[in-house]
Parts: sequence; C-alpha cells; structure tokens
Amino acid sequence: MPTQRFQVTPDPLDVAAAAAAVAAPDCGALATFVGIVRDHNAGRRVLRIDYEAYDALAVKAFERIGAEAAVHWPSSRLAIHHRTGRLAIGDASVAIAAASPHRAEAFAACRYAIERVKQIAPVWKHEHFEGGDVWIEGATADPANDEARRAAVARACS
Amino acid sequence: MLVTLRLFARLRELAGHSELTLELPDGASARSLWDGLAREYPALAPYERTISCAINEEYARMSTPLHDGDEVAFLPPVSGG
Repeated sequence: MPTQRFQVTPDPLDVAAAAAAVAAPDCGALATFVGIVRDHNAGRRVLRIDYEAYDALAVKAFERIGAEAAVHWPSSRLAIHHRTGRLAIGDASVAIAAASPHRAEAFAACRYAIERVKQIAPVWKHEHFEGGDVWIEGATADPANDEARRAAVARACS
Repeated sequence: MLVTLRLFARLRELAGHSELTLELPDGASARSLWDGLAREYPALAPYERTISCAINEEYARMSTPLHDGDEVAFLPPVSGG
C-alpha cells in the first residue's frame, strides 16, 4: 500500500517514506525536514516529550497545508507525517517532504509546511523535564487567520 | 440534543475528562457549551480567549449553532512540530 501523504501515527517516523509519498518523475528536487526532540528548552533539561493530537483534525490540517502550499508553489507536493505518544530525546516528532520540479519551490514549500504545522495543527507537547512537566502552548489555532498564513509565506520565502 | 465533547492536552487534564456526552438545550452554540463548561470546571475559564473550537472534525467559530449528534472539541493553543 502506498504511504499516505498526510498522517498522524504512534509509530516511529521514516522520512524516506514521506519522501517516497511525493517523489515523481517530473520532480528534480526533494526537500525534507525532520523535527527532533531536543534535550533542552527554555533553560530546562528535557527528559522526554509526550505528544498528543486530535488525529482526525490534524490530518485535515495537514491536507489544508498541502493545498495552501500548492497555491503559492503550484508544482509542489507535500507529505506531512507527525508522531504521537512518548518520544525520547533524538526521536523524530515530525517528518515533512516537499517535491517539486526545481529546488526553490521544494525548499519553500517544506519550510512553509513546518511553519503552518506549528500554527494550525492540533498537536500538543507535554514536556517532561528535570524537576517537573509542562504543557507547551504556542499558537491559538485558527486556519482563517490570514496574518499568520502570510507570516508563514514570508518565512518560507526568506 | 446530545453532543459529544472532546477535550485535549491541558484542558483534558484540568477537566479530568477526555470525552463527555452532554444534553444541551435547543439553540445551544459552541459558545454556550463552553460557558457552561467553564462554570462547571472553573480551572478552564482562563482559556476563554485562547481556545480554538472544532465541530465534527473541522475548525469552527464559537458562534456556530450545535445540532444533535455533533462532536465538539475545545483545543488549547497548539504546539506541534
């Protein structure tokens, strides 16, 4: 069975699978991004992160991000895979692949995707650090917020 | 009408429930559901200005009227990636 382009999974991520989901004969460029659990945050020594998601809505948010990217970079195709559950330092939490005929669009779509994931994907980090734990709360998710969307485009094109 | 309420992340922990089935009066909206919830679980009230709402697995406005069988979710600010 071919790999789904947009998925939320408790299983370890394989960026090669995300890449394979978008690679095509007319694409001369494939940009990938892998988000990794790191061992420090805001001055704390991080021990692990538990990821929680509203799976069904997250997949729809990823599909939306793919459609948005296709408006700006029409020949780009995205895959976004996000992991949930207990992740250790060094584990991949998100794998993104962007394929395009040429490199500029692939890089831009890939960057746009991770920026938008952080803005609108219903996914949460429960950080466990030395001495306690905390839910990380970033952006209020609002796909209709055009200012946020434009900021993601600007970062993708920077 | 009966609706299913889903809570995630810290909202889930503060309320002590990930899912509740609620009987609501006709004319209820996501907003009125939240207001009742925040009265029952005052620890949720500080999230009033920062939550997102989803109805039947689509982002929705708080003013959206609810219908029998809807699945309503309130989401704290997200932190994926």
